[in-house]
Amino acid sequence: MERIPILKMGEFLLVTIQVDMHDRLALTLQDDLTGQIVKHRSHGVLIDISALEIVDSFIGRMLASIAGMAHLLDAETVVVGMQPAVAITLVELGLPMRGIRTALDVEKGMTALRGALLEGQDGDTSSIR
Amino acid sequence: MATSTSKLPEVFEKREQEITDQWVEQQQATGRKLTAAERDEANRQSREFIRSLKSALKQNSSGGISGPEWAGVRDFLVDLSSRRAKDGYSPRETASFVFSLKQPIFSALQKEFGANPKALADETWQVTLLVDELGLLTTEAFQKTREEVIMRQQKELLELSTPVVRLWENILALPLIGTLDSARTQVVMQNLLEAIVQTRSDYAIIDITGVPVVDTLVAQHLLKTVAAARLMGADCLISGIRPQIAQTIIHLGVDLSEVTTKATLADAFDVALRRSGHKVVRQDAAPSGAAAR
Repeated sequence: MERIPILKMGEFLLVTIQVDMHDRLALTLQDDLTGQIVKHRSHGVLIDISALEIVDSFIGRMLASIAGMAHLLDAETVVVGMQPAVAITLVELGLPMRGIRTALDVEKGMTALRGALLEGQDGDTSSIR
Repeated sequence: MATSTSKLPEVFEKREQEITDQWVEQQQATGRKLTAAERDEANRQSREFIRSLKSALKQNSSGGISGPEWAGVRDFLVDLSSRRAKDGYSPRETASFVFSLKQPIFSALQKEFGANPKALADETWQVTLLVDELGLLTTEAFQKTREEVIMRQQKELLELSTPVVRLWENILALPLIGTLDSARTQVVMQNLLEAIVQTRSDYAIIDITGVPVVDTLVAQHLLKTVAAARLMGADCLISGIRPQIAQTIIHLGVDLSEVTTKATLADAFDVALRRSGHKVVRQDAAPSGAAAR
């Protein structure tokens, strides 16, 4: 069966979406990813969509729900590598994906994740005090 | 009808000189004052037109001006009116070039058929139809040329007005000038996003100093651009908000609270520098050896 690979890179998980998404695949991905987050106790997820030429409302919603699930499991999600045409389409569709962090490429996404995690830790310590 | 139309070429043959002279006179009387060179040009054009009209009439005097015999006349008129459109003649001046031909021809017909009212009426009707059609053709060509000019200017404007400037490593500026409509927003957005990918920038400053009016639509376009840039992982700042525009935005109830806004490009640049970890220090105030950044 078709599966989207999830790579572990240090404390983060890297998901590269290179095929057309459909319902079954999205459900499998959500299953796998939540499992992996818990298994590796990851605090960050990078979703690379640079290979996607077409993003519709379905994928937009899927990304949002993955981010939501990851957040529940205490992991930050960053969507990286969106094509300019895709970004324009999403905005025109009225799906600006407000809740999701974005970055230009995997490298920048990694930096953003580290920054977010540091911020989160600061937040935790201050709340303890 | 076929018998009566066949007379027209003969009239032209016989009275060409007379018609042309009267026509030229007529044009000069009705039009604006022309310089000597312009008058010569108009004379030359008129004579040429009469000649080609005559030969077209000789070959086919009935059945409108769409036939192949009339190609010469049509081309001449289209060429003339498009040239006049580019030279800034008014539509009235251009159209009256053809319409002022009516009177000379009518008077020639009058002399020819004065004794035969029915023939005169028939011929007059034929001439009216012909001249009207030529006049319409002229106006159409004039209009078309003008539209082409407008289209070209629009395209040039679109290309001219959307530069993306690199201010610093990772910082882009997008100075917007002129009103933002949907088509321009699309171009602006595309340029900005491509520049973000190319330069791997983290910050984009949209400067709206040159945008004369910000209404809800323009604000919506701005927000769309900001959202698209954010999806690409770049932070957008909006700068160059003039006092009146700040008032308009609030009166309209546009919510720009999600975007960092600054009054000047300098302020926005400062914010972008600080957020990306740069610092601007005066050289003489800094301790010895400190870098200018």
